[in-house]
Amino acid sequence: MISDKKIRIIPSILYNKLNAIRGKNFEGWRVIGNVLQTTRLYSKRNIDELFFLDTEATRSQKINLEIIKEFTKDCFMPITIGGGIKSIEDIDNLLKMGADRVCLNTSAFNDSEFLANAIKKFGSQCIVVSIDYKNIDKIPIVFIDSGRIQTKKNLFDYIKKIDELGPSEIVLTSIDHDGMMKGYDIKNLKLLKKKIQTSIIASGGAGSYEDVYNLIKETGIQNISASSIFHFTEITPNTLKRYLSDKGLNIRK
Amino acid sequence: MILILDYNVGNVNSIIRAAELYSSNVKYSNNIEDILNAKKIIMPGQGSFDYAMENIHKLNIYETIRSVALEKKTPILGICLGMQLLATSGTENKFCKGLNLIEGTVKKLNCPSKYLPHIGWNSVNFEKENSLFNGIENKLDYYFLHSFHFECEDKKNTLATCEYHFKFNAIVKKKNILGIQFHPEKSLENGLKLLKNFILND
Repeated sequence: MISDKKIRIIPSILYNKLNAIRGKNFEGWRVIGNVLQTTRLYSKRNIDELFFLDTEATRSQKINLEIIKEFTKDCFMPITIGGGIKSIEDIDNLLKMGADRVCLNTSAFNDSEFLANAIKKFGSQCIVVSIDYKNIDKIPIVFIDSGRIQTKKNLFDYIKKIDELGPSEIVLTSIDHDGMMKGYDIKNLKLLKKKIQTSIIASGGAGSYEDVYNLIKETGIQNISASSIFHFTEITPNTLKRYLSDKGLNIRK
Repeated sequence: MILILDYNVGNVNSIIRAAELYSSNVKYSNNIEDILNAKKIIMPGQGSFDYAMENIHKLNIYETIRSVALEKKTPILGICLGMQLLATSGTENKFCKGLNLIEGTVKKLNCPSKYLPHIGWNSVNFEKENSLFNGIENKLDYYFLHSFHFECEDKKNTLATCEYHFKFNAIVKKKNILGIQFHPEKSLENGLKLLKNFILND
């Protein structure tokens, strides 16, 4: 049926100043390259969409628009930018720099009124919320500030609230799975997919073609964010799409 | 000069960059002189219909846009919200009059709200031949990001369609006025070819 959207493979580029970085479980961040070069490489690769997430902007309270302007220059593909966004003005500036959507995490958690206002002002299609979580005593708990701060919120309670506010999509990253390249958090993602109406982008854990295929098959989630897999293996977004297409999934032409 | 109309809506950097690939004379402005002198005008757009129309009225450019479109016959390309503003009226947030350059109404996509917005790549079917499509294969995928769609009063103005729960207009055209619902500036090579054709075709 037509409601069956095409699978989106979304590489995410985490960065800090000019460095593209990768971590494991949101720790031990390693510099894997220059953010401008990484972006240039992706923009030549016929990518469905890109996510840029500044892991330091919340802490430093500064969104570096100059760098963003530079790396979005040659991206003729959809771009979502996140990190440190806390005002309507921030969003305005990012859209002017070439972002199609912005991604809120810490500010959406701390100030749901801000999230509601942002959705009202820019339209839900423009606002993405990302949620990072980690199992604490087997209960998924929400973390903010790039995983640095543990909140008291249960993921399932929090996501319900966000779902009601209605952003265009919710990015879910399991900190326990992130960077481990051993597969996604299928158990929780499957439950969450059934619980909410907002479209989910699954993030954290892809290490092989099968990991991504299993995620889609088991959870029905059609939007896949990944990072380490494209950096530490031979797999590229295009070979991944070919693999999924050969498995009979609906991929962009 | 190719004018990218500045009416304070998002998503302009990429459309400016894309236009600059095919023209060395691209200007981002809302100056009345520039609107009058532009060889072609691109109206980008993101945001809500009523907010954007309010901006157009505040800038005092409503009549100027209509006159270059209807009298001077300047080719105008509206993208996404910019396309929807070409309609007679919109219904986002509240009823609101548009530029009325192509007769029609902008309505919410006809599907359960859990499937909105329509985000992602979807196939576009060229319903007619047009020089805009030169060198581009039919039924390729382009990037969509919207919850509303343009319903033309006159079906003749439909140039291309897309299906998402139901069939809606992906491209509308009436004489020198062109509207594209998806984002050609975000649709990689296929989208850039459409922009190239708009900018370079006579």
